[in-house]
Amino acid sequence: MTPLLSVDGLTKTYGAHVGCRDVALDLFAGEVLGIVGESGSGKTTVLNCMAGHLLPDRGRVVFDTRADGPRDVLRMSEPERRMLGRTDWAFVHQNARDGLRLGVSAGGNVGERLMAVGARNYGRIRATAEDWLTRVEIDAARIDDRPTTFSGGMQQRLQIARNLVTGPRLVFMDEPTGGLDVSVQARLLDLLRGLVRDMGLSAIIVTHDLAVVRLLADRLLVMKSGEVVEHGLTDQVLDDPQHGYTQLLVSSVLQV
Amino acid sequence: MSTYTFAYLDEQTKRMIRRAILKGLAIPGYQVPFASREMPMPYGWGTGGVQVTAAVLTPDDCLKVIDQGADDTTNAVSIRAFFARTAGIATTTRTAQASVIQTRHRIPETALGEDQILVYQVPIPEPLRFLEPRETETRRMHSLEDYGLMHVKLYEDIARHGHIATAYAYPVLVEGRYVMDPSPIPKFDNPKLSGNPAIQLFGAGREQRIYALPPWCEVVSLDFEDHPFDPSKPDQNCGLCGAGDSYLDEVIVDDAGGRIFVCSDTDYCEGRQAQGHRGKDAA
Repeated sequence: MTPLLSVDGLTKTYGAHVGCRDVALDLFAGEVLGIVGESGSGKTTVLNCMAGHLLPDRGRVVFDTRADGPRDVLRMSEPERRMLGRTDWAFVHQNARDGLRLGVSAGGNVGERLMAVGARNYGRIRATAEDWLTRVEIDAARIDDRPTTFSGGMQQRLQIARNLVTGPRLVFMDEPTGGLDVSVQARLLDLLRGLVRDMGLSAIIVTHDLAVVRLLADRLLVMKSGEVVEHGLTDQVLDDPQHGYTQLLVSSVLQV
Repeated sequence: MSTYTFAYLDEQTKRMIRRAILKGLAIPGYQVPFASREMPMPYGWGTGGVQVTAAVLTPDDCLKVIDQGADDTTNAVSIRAFFARTAGIATTTRTAQASVIQTRHRIPETALGEDQILVYQVPIPEPLRFLEPRETETRRMHSLEDYGLMHVKLYEDIARHGHIATAYAYPVLVEGRYVMDPSPIPKFDNPKLSGNPAIQLFGAGREQRIYALPPWCEVVSLDFEDHPFDPSKPDQNCGLCGAGDSYLDEVIVDDAGGRIFVCSDTDYCEGRQAQGHRGKDAA
């Protein structure tokens, strides 16, 4: 079975400082992979390198494209990568404000990717936007409101709708629940879990919140100082941590 | 006259601007950066258009300058006088007689010919500017044909107003490649951009950009399938010449709310009146 995304020897340095070193991972279709680690461990660097936001120094990021089979994303031309970025890929930012256009209505935000890939029928774009707002539990009556009038949780859900509207196969998420209060987090996680299962999405979720990966991720990668120190099935890694750092991480969580 | 170089600008500057114009003509709709000069007028008064005009003028040319269609407004009169003094060329208000026409915010009603050049004054050349403030990003969007955002703007118009409410500077797609800001001409004029036999040059002085439409170039106004482009105009005829096919200005004529609609293109209106056409408000 061909992995959907296959990363090999991914290395990125910021001058003398190591962002990530020799990161390798395989992600199969329909699988959710969590990347955990403390701040500065390089998990966001890895995510940005994979998503094409950062150019790594070394390594390969091979994506199984619909048209041409497995291709190295880093060797693609910029237009091809952009096309991928608005069709098969999605990127959910930690801060919804980074991923949304705040001056544009909710409907326009959801419709942007559709219009970017050539949708030119207003009625259909709007109907799709309404459908997606409902799916992420935003009242369809708010379709013409700007995201600035939304709460933090709604903004994050709007960002997710905006990203999933083109039916991507791979979603990158950078701390999707960061900055939200716990009850909103719980609802968002519930929603994400439902969407991932319904749409058969593959996702890579970067977080420092172990509860998030426990709920969402099938497999887990633990990073420290730019390197992967442990990987395996989520429950296995969390319940029986082998590496010293993972043990520290797991035991640091407050049990209530 | 002898105290100025022909058409005010020095020869090297005109050469530089001509190169930008040629590049613009070779890549229709592409914004070519150029080293805009200080002109003896404030930014926003047509510094870009004046530089383009200066670069294309020859001693045999006959210049017409219009501002919102009118030959007799401050901007038009002063630019016409500027070139009459610095280039010693003939000037006219008749569209058909002019070989170079500098315009602010209108395309003349009279059809242009292959021997004419239309120079537009452009305040903001970047059609994506109010959607994406970063110049680096808009340039990348142009180079990658990443124009989804432009339709987001039109979408927002329909969502808010029920129709595409952009009435001027209506974005166009040039030869299926570049999205272009046609300068703040009313969308009524957009159809005249396409397949026009005249050379159309656009100069933005403050923003330091020149772009161009070569003759017979295809220009399509952006729209949606279910909300097609509509070059609207008031449901009226010109009050002075009775023309039903020209762009009209609404003019308030007294303190009691009285109003008349008149052609914004003064030359076209006067020409029709000279031929004996009369509108309902003609004295």
